[in-house]
Amino acid sequence: MQAPETFETPAAERVNYLNAQYGLKSWLLTKDHKRIGLLYLGSISFFFLIGGLYAMFIRLELLTPQGDFLSSATYNKVFTQHGIIMVFFFLIPSIPATLGNFLVPLMIGAKDLAFPRINLLSWYIYLLGGVITIYALLAGGIDTGWTFYVPYSTTFSNSYVIATGAGIFISGFSSILTGLNFIVTIHTMRAPGMTWFRMPLFIWAHYATSLIMILGTPVIAITILLLAFERLAHVGIFDPANGGDPVLFQHLFWFYSHPAVYIMVLPGMGIISELIANFSRKNIFGYSFVAFSSLAIAVFGFLVWGHHMFVSGQSVYAGMVFSFLSFAVAIPSAVKVFNWTATLYKGSISYDTPMLYALGFIGLFTIGGMTGLFLATLGVNVHTTDTYFVVAHFHYVMVGGTLLAYLGGLHYWWPKITGRMYPEGWGRFSALVIFVGFNLTFLPQFIAGYLGMPRRYHAYPPEFQVFNVLSSAGASILGVGLLIPLVYLIWSMRYGKRAEANPWHLPGLEWRTPSPPPTENFLVTPLVTWEAYEFAPPEELRVIGMFKEDESLEDADAVINGKPL
Amino acid sequence: MAAAVEHEVSHPALQHHFDNLEQQREAGTLGMWVFLVTEIMFFGGMFLAYTLYRSKFPDAFASASNHLSLPLGAVNTVVLIVSSLTMALAVYSAQVGKRRNLILFLVLTIVLGSAFLGIKAVEYKDKYVDHLVPGKLLPGNAFSPVVAAHGDTDPHKLHMIGSATVKQVEMFYWIYFAMTGMHAIHMIIGVGLLLVLLYFSWRGRYGPEYHNPVEILGLYWHFVDIIWIFLFPLLYLLGRHLMHA
Repeated sequence: MQAPETFETPAAERVNYLNAQYGLKSWLLTKDHKRIGLLYLGSISFFFLIGGLYAMFIRLELLTPQGDFLSSATYNKVFTQHGIIMVFFFLIPSIPATLGNFLVPLMIGAKDLAFPRINLLSWYIYLLGGVITIYALLAGGIDTGWTFYVPYSTTFSNSYVIATGAGIFISGFSSILTGLNFIVTIHTMRAPGMTWFRMPLFIWAHYATSLIMILGTPVIAITILLLAFERLAHVGIFDPANGGDPVLFQHLFWFYSHPAVYIMVLPGMGIISELIANFSRKNIFGYSFVAFSSLAIAVFGFLVWGHHMFVSGQSVYAGMVFSFLSFAVAIPSAVKVFNWTATLYKGSISYDTPMLYALGFIGLFTIGGMTGLFLATLGVNVHTTDTYFVVAHFHYVMVGGTLLAYLGGLHYWWPKITGRMYPEGWGRFSALVIFVGFNLTFLPQFIAGYLGMPRRYHAYPPEFQVFNVLSSAGASILGVGLLIPLVYLIWSMRYGKRAEANPWHLPGLEWRTPSPPPTENFLVTPLVTWEAYEFAPPEELRVIGMFKEDESLEDADAVINGKPL
Repeated sequence: MAAAVEHEVSHPALQHHFDNLEQQREAGTLGMWVFLVTEIMFFGGMFLAYTLYRSKFPDAFASASNHLSLPLGAVNTVVLIVSSLTMALAVYSAQVGKRRNLILFLVLTIVLGSAFLGIKAVEYKDKYVDHLVPGKLLPGNAFSPVVAAHGDTDPHKLHMIGSATVKQVEMFYWIYFAMTGMHAIHMIIGVGLLLVLLYFSWRGRYGPEYHNPVEILGLYWHFVDIIWIFLFPLLYLLGRHLMHA
């Protein structure tokens, strides 16, 4: 068969979003969602390193039962800062602001997000919040725990609560703007033929995430504002001395911070849906169930915050309702896990690096989710509250879930982002190291916690030492496992094998444009006539607009409306 | 096809990543609606605090509420409702391309918005004079109102009802200042944006083809008004009948 005539120029000479402009200014003032995604990638990696450093201090201290490495006051600061940096400056922006920013327009066939300037603004806001928080850490740190519970945070803590709160307050707006941008883009900028039910599940997941971002984040903003004023000016709506109720703070805090857990994990679930379908080369099992389960998680996620407060003195009836609803939110999560598993069944599975991360995610997220059900049970919760059981549970969801999905997605789309392949052998090796290291770190914590080891102390009874030594050993392995991708991904940006436009031979729109994509994303406006996971022979999955016969697609509106061209 | 392309790229306000002005308008409008949803959640936290403490301390909230100036609050409510009317007329003028009317109604809206802020400032000053600014919000003027004895009608003193305590009244005043203060900040931002809009209207940027900025600022302005429509009865009116009980 004679190859069709193409407009293709060699990859090295092609103009793409990376080489369209050079210089620092072209990056700092860019309105291109792909470049902004990369700006975010750099900054969240920086915060991840800082958060990781604090984790290292925690694991070092807990090697021995005595509090010999850090004083109890310093230890309070270290775990607080680990939590704050990881939650607010890594996990929450991680997938949406980097991969989501890069991919949402590409996957729906748009030229950019709806508000490119607001997108850039969101990065600067994030950075400003980050700088203020770093200032607070350097000036003396904060020791309230990442949860800022009153009245300790308002009245008694002698640390930089207001500065840290200001950093989180400000960076929250970047989250709101990102969510707003995604919602508007997904509603108004889909390419012709890209119906709601042809959208990749990654987009559904980001839509659901954005809903949580816009509905939840403003509540934490006002809560932190009220907390700061209470600390600053002694105007108390939380202070019992003024007739205020400290539990109100917990309600307001968890009204955001529980849904925030879904801000962290839903985009990860979106990535996993992509990876499982694409590396099984099989349509996802139950597309609409997976899509709607994302929305169901977003909705139910807002109704379960009280399960963080079973021992706070909230009413027993409220506790029972929150317990029931927390069980209910497990259903849409389980729908996803079952559908992924059913997708694997009889698929032609290939075990590339992203798929290894995806399989790891399913296992670890399942453990994280199931132990969540233990915690949602009122009686068990009383036993496990504030123990390492809780710590292990949420690390299984956040690290075993979100971080693995993030790394899987980063590898999967790396060829599209950079135009280079990562080294597959190293990729698989580090995925394995991370999986082993992660489990060794957090599995023992379930046992230690169940046996009664409390969290947030720098010393502990000697009978828990064996679990802590295992955990610290695992953390070192995990740390090394995370450094390997850092090295080879940076290496591959220059020396990696050049990536084709569609290295995995997939139908998604992001693979139907050159790698790296041009600034305008597509050579011509794509016309979508296929379902999200409709696999086809590689020669049919070529770049849209690269062949002369595709020129007719330019007036896609005419095709849609049935007018003759 | 060539003709169609020419038509679409012709308008200078069309941004490069949109296919046409209609899509750009839809995106802008939806963006503002989504933003207003976030605003509702933001104010929602304070409405929750208000609801909780009003049900906990009804007497204190009524006593404190009675001390607010009902005439000034009522006048401000009317001022804001009229400003919503002028804003709506400004949007209409932009849609039908009447530049002079657009400028006139924008100026009127700015004047009314500023009048609201002015009256609000007078109210704040009265609270300052009566030492009703809660906590240590203002250094050197801590919360220390004088409680009126039975039969004393001095309007500068606090008239307590039932089991109200001064600490609980302070709670009301913090919620009052937090909610009206946050509302005032939104008004100031709104007036600032109206000034920008006025400048561009002066330059003749808006007409029947392109007037989305006027529309979406209108949405914002109405939203800020609606917040006040809720604040006024909650803060000024509820429990007023208890004054004569």
